Amino acid sequence: MTETPTRGLVEITGVRKSFGTTEVLKGVSLTVEPGGVAVIVGPSGSGKSTLLRTINHLEKMDGGHISIDGKLVGYEVRGERLHELREKDILKQRTEIGMVFQNFNLFPHLTALENVAEAPVVAQRPGKAKSTKEEARRRGLELLDRVGLKDRADAYPRQLSGGQQQRVAIARALALDPKILLFDEPTSALDPELVNEVLDVIRELAKSGTTLIIVTHEMGFARDVADTVVFMDQGQIVEQGTPQELFTNPREPRTRSFFSKVLEPAFNI
Amino acid sequence: MSSATTRVAQPEQAADPSAGPAPAAAGAGSQPPAGGPGRQAADYSAYRVVAAKHPWRWVGTAAVALGVVAIAWSLATNPRWEWGVVAQWFTAQSVINGLVETLKLTAISGLLGFVLGFILALMRLSASPLLVSVSWTFSWIFRSTPLLVQMLLWYNLGYLYEKISLGIPFTDVRFFEIQTTTLISQFAAAVLGLTLNQAAYSAEIIRGGILSVDQGQLEAAAALGIPAWRRSTRIVLPQAMRAILPTAFNEIIGLVKGTSIVYVLAYSELFYTVQVIYNRTQQVLPLLLVATLWYVVITSVLSVFQYYIERHYSKGAVRNLPLTPLQKARKFFATHAVDSNRARSL
Repeated sequence: MTETPTRGLVEITGVRKSFGTTEVLKGVSLTVEPGGVAVIVGPSGSGKSTLLRTINHLEKMDGGHISIDGKLVGYEVRGERLHELREKDILKQRTEIGMVFQNFNLFPHLTALENVAEAPVVAQRPGKAKSTKEEARRRGLELLDRVGLKDRADAYPRQLSGGQQQRVAIARALALDPKILLFDEPTSALDPELVNEVLDVIRELAKSGTTLIIVTHEMGFARDVADTVVFMDQGQIVEQGTPQELFTNPREPRTRSFFSKVLEPAFNI
Repeated sequence: MSSATTRVAQPEQAADPSAGPAPAAAGAGSQPPAGGPGRQAADYSAYRVVAAKHPWRWVGTAAVALGVVAIAWSLATNPRWEWGVVAQWFTAQSVINGLVETLKLTAISGLLGFVLGFILALMRLSASPLLVSVSWTFSWIFRSTPLLVQMLLWYNLGYLYEKISLGIPFTDVRFFEIQTTTLISQFAAAVLGLTLNQAAYSAEIIRGGILSVDQGQLEAAAALGIPAWRRSTRIVLPQAMRAILPTAFNEIIGLVKGTSIVYVLAYSELFYTVQVIYNRTQQVLPLLLVATLWYVVITSVLSVFQYYIERHYSKGAVRNLPLTPLQKARKFFATHAVDSNRARSL
């Protein structure tokens, strides 16, 4: 895929979100180019996951807006007003934004293949017909093959290792052909020796032209795969730049202090 | 059954002189295990294992067995149980008719009760405060009044409301009007009472089941754009079923016997039927026994259903499904056939 991707531009503008009296996002703005890979890092409680969940409207924001390829998420512009979308239309929008969760959230009563082939058959997608069962099955097997699990298609999630489950979850997110993929700490629930099989799959995806936004604590991986590394703390973006800029020469003292704690000595040049 | 085969295998191995003991003698037999660096680990592989003794378990088993035999003996030999009379009435036409009525009441009120309960559970979990409070009030009222009273109330509804009509509220337009006493027969009152009561309990059971499903499941389904109805039926309910089923079967088994309360309406289900018979023949205990045995039969059949339905919904919840009793039996015979073949070939 050498041609420049044309879809999957994410523009986040001044997003605010509070839970009760705690403000977890204090006006966050970020642009991710089509086909770009943005990795969000920062201490826990800094609002990384919440930001990710506002992008596909799992979390409603209190202020600001997010648009994908120029189209607002969760709202519709009519005249000079923003009309909140009905659930049906929000679901439709979400089919263009895949999400991979920290705890996989695979459906335990369905096999790996059924997990992957469920959504394409029932979800309304913009400008696309629903897949037939047979199409979804075929595509599901293709995707399971792509994550190296074709031979486990009939296994139930509990019969798979954590790494395998997360790979199935990635295949499930890919089944709808999303423009954008969101990863919410995809390796945090995994045993250390299983982390790499998942990261390798994400590395492959990074080359495919899909826009990726990844929240992770794997700094080595972030350095490898990111176009842009974003450092968040206390609900704000403190600093962003290329991995080179951020890891080796952070401008902000807060960024420097965070990286000095999390980076392996070998990285800490 | 594997333990039996290993136990059989062990003495054989020990008896075989060429197999085990030689390396053991070299390793540990001559040298008592002594502390200190560089000592070799003792090798016990040729020793025979003696199972731990449980004398009290045997005493307990014997005592209980004695009790069971005593009960069985008295049931069989005490002539006052009148087993002949039980046998005579057990399959009598009137009793079978009563049984069919009981099954009919159970099936209809069970089904309607759980459907209504499902709707009430969804109402209770909805975002609308009105739906939540209506559902709550329904459960509150029907769980806090005796079923007997509800049943009599429904049967006497004609006293409170002479006619029942369907029309536009607060106008004189009527599409349909009927005498209450015609509409509410004994059967209708029985079904109404049992259904509404059952709905109140099953609503709570289903709600509990739905709440037991991880929130992440709903999130994942929503993130995939799966429509709301499909999310409930395909993702949440099948998982909730695991929590719902054991209690739901408790309720249905309770309902089977609960239908006996319908005798107050003089509705000829199983229990009322045997009452009518023993009032005539004065064989009270044998006839109660007839009804009891039928309730036991129904409950036993339901338990078998429960086993297989629960097994169906545990797909994916356990790594490997345990064998069913039938499969176990088949495996037992299969392995034993193999064992005897092997013995013959040795």
